[in-house]
Amino acid sequence: MINYIIRRVLWAIPVLLIISLVTFSLAHVIPGGPFDKEKPLPAEIIANLEAYYGLDDPLWKQYTDYLWNALHGDFGPSYSSRSRTVNDIISTHFPVSAQLGVLAVIVAMVVGIPLGMISALKQNTFIDYFCMFFALLGVSVPSMTLGPVLVWIFALKLHILPVARWGTWQQAILPAFTLGIGSAALLARLTRASMLQVIREDYIRTARAKGVSEEKVTVHHALKNALIPVVTVIGPLFAALVTGSLIVEQIFAIPGCGKYFITSITNRDYPVVLGIMLLYALLIIIANLIVDLTYSWIDPRIRYS
Amino acid sequence: MELKSNEKKEIIGDAVILERPEVSLWKDAFRRMCKNKMAILGAIIIITLLVLAIFAPYIAPYHYAEGCLKENYAKPGDKYLLGADFMGRDVLSRIIYGTRISLSVGIIGASTAFILGVLYGLISGYYGGKIDNIMMRIVDIMYGFPTLLLIILMMVLFKSTFAVTTPGTIAGTLSAIDNAFGGLFFIFIGIGVTAWIGMARIARGMALSLREKEFVEAARATGNSNFQIMIKHILPNLIGPCIVAVTLQIPRYITFEAFLSFIGLGVNPPTPSWGMMISEGYKAIRSYPHLALYPGIALAITMMAFNFLGDGLRDALDPRMK
Repeated sequence: MINYIIRRVLWAIPVLLIISLVTFSLAHVIPGGPFDKEKPLPAEIIANLEAYYGLDDPLWKQYTDYLWNALHGDFGPSYSSRSRTVNDIISTHFPVSAQLGVLAVIVAMVVGIPLGMISALKQNTFIDYFCMFFALLGVSVPSMTLGPVLVWIFALKLHILPVARWGTWQQAILPAFTLGIGSAALLARLTRASMLQVIREDYIRTARAKGVSEEKVTVHHALKNALIPVVTVIGPLFAALVTGSLIVEQIFAIPGCGKYFITSITNRDYPVVLGIMLLYALLIIIANLIVDLTYSWIDPRIRYS
Repeated sequence: MELKSNEKKEIIGDAVILERPEVSLWKDAFRRMCKNKMAILGAIIIITLLVLAIFAPYIAPYHYAEGCLKENYAKPGDKYLLGADFMGRDVLSRIIYGTRISLSVGIIGASTAFILGVLYGLISGYYGGKIDNIMMRIVDIMYGFPTLLLIILMMVLFKSTFAVTTPGTIAGTLSAIDNAFGGLFFIFIGIGVTAWIGMARIARGMALSLREKEFVEAARATGNSNFQIMIKHILPNLIGPCIVAVTLQIPRYITFEAFLSFIGLGVNPPTPSWGMMISEGYKAIRSYPHLALYPGIALAITMMAFNFLGDGLRDALDPRMK
């Protein structure tokens, strides 16, 4: 087991290296440079700027320099906002994306898990069909449709929530719902399927035969076991929501990493593009590793060698 | 005992043998799916959308690019059923033409993912060992990429590299193709590059377990080549779950395109994409909320239809999953 973890962690290194190399190459192949402005700078100034940032070095040297600095925790300067480094930018914008992701996961869990549970306990009744229809609706309505609708109803018609921006808790409600509701539906379907499987198990019958109250059977015996597959998806769900929150960040003008990524590509701000890409790749790799580990921890029948 | 019309009773001695004509997996699945109302509804919606997409010029009241600036933001009414946008273009017509974009992205995305992914997974899973190891390491690397960021990076690359090209060169031809598709060609490539990975994992897992089955051994014993076994014996057995998986992925490809168009990296104006219409409408949401709402509804209905169909297909092909 320990061997497996070590091997997986070590394997993440070449993966990140290749991702950085691909991103570096793609970013540098894009025509135009960071100092191209609508009003062109004099050639001498551009040459000086390029020399200052090491952009006149051959590409392989730029890449190895970048890696060397990155290994020392320095992800380089930002070309478009001169006074800030990539580390500054990520430490101001990533927490925003992460907060949004956490809130969306909470929305997904609070809405999705009870919905799935009720649906399974009332299998094939009107309540079940209603919950599952809602779940299918939630999976199908994209944030691009839901976001504007929520803004229109709650911000423009009812005037109870702000339209956009980030900072107060009121501003977080609409984006968190927009981002989380699709995953809520996903969790509801997962909880239902797993719950249906569990309530047919022998130990549930045993518990009932012992005279355990129905409430206790549902919560202590059934739900606890039914949530296992649900818990394992929370990690990757968080990673997916954070890395996929660009749409919601764009709709609600939230200053998160995703929105900044788009701006940075447009500005040819290579270090920022690379930094955000590597950060998100790391997030995904860690999430995937955690899932595999929780699987074997929860279900000892799964063994990795 | 009563017999169904397709059953036959044969009496040999004391034994009564009931015979039913052979039913193939696909016929059986089709029969099961026809009983699933949601799946039928999904299929009907998709067929309707296909008809709208193909016959858009005959159905839409106006051309998608035709606008009257004097009538911009016209209210929904007799002349413009769903109103007009900021350039005075008919929203209904643009939504109808927009089905072309969303459906082609969904279908092309699904076909690329399916063909590349299934072939990749089939080879990897069937041969196993070293080949499998190397091929799956490549998948691992692709899996580490944040998909949306990679697609955005590629779109910026395509858009700016092929913005100015000389005709006759490869770049010129590519950009001419892209222009002919209204900017869609590069979206196909962007989605194609990332879409096959999940499919490859599913196909590989199935090929890995199928190659241990007796019928594969039997096929090998009767002298079939590796290629024949893969195509004739393993492929037909893993195609079902892969079709289900790819159908359920179609909504994802459709949102990718809508999102790219939303942030201005998708189709070229005036090609009507629902994502672009939502982004244009969202800017005027305070006064004209319907402009963002209608294309949004069209997008949601399309995604729902594919989800209904995918769910129905899954239940039909694998009744245990229900």
